[in-house]
Amino acid sequence: MNGVHDMGGMECYGPVDPDQDTAYHHDWEKQVLALTLAMGATGTWNLDQSRFARESLEPSLYLSIGYYRVWLTALENLLKQHELVTADELEQGQSLGASAQLTRLLTANDVPGVLARGAPVSRPATTLARFAVGDQVRVRNIQPSTHTRLPAYLRHHTGTIHRVHAPHVYPDSHANGLGEDPQWLYNVRFCADHLWGEARSNHRYVHADCWEPYLMGTADE
Amino acid sequence: MSKEKAPRSEPAQQPDDNVNKRDKSALATDLDHHDHPHDHSHLDDTALRVRSLQTLLTEKGYIEEAALHALIDTYENKIGPRNGARVIARAWSDPEYKNWLLEDATAAIASLSFQGRQGEHMVVVENTDNTHNLVVCTLCSCYPWPVLGLPPAWYKSAPYRSKAVIDPAGVLTDFGVSLSPDKQIVVWDSTAEVRYLVMPERPENSAHLSEAELSLLVTRNSMIGTGLALPVETLS
Repeated sequence: MNGVHDMGGMECYGPVDPDQDTAYHHDWEKQVLALTLAMGATGTWNLDQSRFARESLEPSLYLSIGYYRVWLTALENLLKQHELVTADELEQGQSLGASAQLTRLLTANDVPGVLARGAPVSRPATTLARFAVGDQVRVRNIQPSTHTRLPAYLRHHTGTIHRVHAPHVYPDSHANGLGEDPQWLYNVRFCADHLWGEARSNHRYVHADCWEPYLMGTADE
Repeated sequence: MSKEKAPRSEPAQQPDDNVNKRDKSALATDLDHHDHPHDHSHLDDTALRVRSLQTLLTEKGYIEEAALHALIDTYENKIGPRNGARVIARAWSDPEYKNWLLEDATAAIASLSFQGRQGEHMVVVENTDNTHNLVVCTLCSCYPWPVLGLPPAWYKSAPYRSKAVIDPAGVLTDFGVSLSPDKQIVVWDSTAEVRYLVMPERPENSAHLSEAELSLLVTRNSMIGTGLALPVETLS
């Protein structure tokens, strides 16, 4: 989705403030992180749906309410969308009806194991990788209205395959409830002066990870 | 555009350090800087809203409060940039480990028992005398949690996410870092579930240091690329 979350290359936000050095500003932010992780662990939605819920917030909100309020609002929206709570229940802060049946509940005992295992997204290869290290590729000009991990600043640019990772869960499908749809993932190297017209100072390359459907061979053109 | 600052030499802090530190120069556009000192009511409203949500989800049986405590405790007290510093110090001390780390970072890092959520697929990129690497996530805030803990606010902020890919030298200036002009800058945008960790250059005259001493020179920012490893004199 073309949205304000896709910030690469924007120049309207001013300098970085290194003094903003801590993870949290307020105690409630820790609770928001924990609630988001705990609800994510129930498996009701996946990581890509969770990201899309944040990106889908109204742009002025996304930019102004602060990082963990974005997480909080997205979590409330996901809970409503998946019918785990109603708007009235959120409003009143108490349960007004039956609970939904969840497949998993994260307990304190589970936490160390769940965090240590993580959730790898690489999948066994069932196809050959179309590209090899050193191949020239062009990023397709795709602009889905739903979730994608292709930043706008890369569209239509050519780059070089730097690394072939493995097939990884494809966010563009996964966020839409279409299953994991694993696709080969590559690290692609782009010349900074191709991306930005003229590279500033000694900026040489930008690398990004791109799934195979984002790419085409330059020989196809 | 940005004023020159004195070089920063922050130690690799655990993420709970200075948790409640307030910023005086917050930008309204910065995703993490919204809470100006004057908006106490807004703040209290959010604290209440979070508490109310937690009560509701507990009542519904969707969460266990003890699990929330365990999650918070893990990232406040158990996982932070000291982990990454140990990885880098090992690589500086042991050429075989370094080769393994550059070839298969996920396995090499797991051998030190750092692994899991937001570090399932690791890649380490090495700074050399002609290359400086910088890591960003332009689309959200992807960051290698098992080795660095939770990201600092600036990493998640709009200025960093927007500027790192177009003007990384300008970002380094914001951090008070200046590189020699013949050093090229390479930026890594974390667009997938692969997480990047920078191996900073080993400080000069550090041959006599133990691995434990070396790890003290590895700052969090040096493993993101917005800083350099500390000079040896820092230890004295």
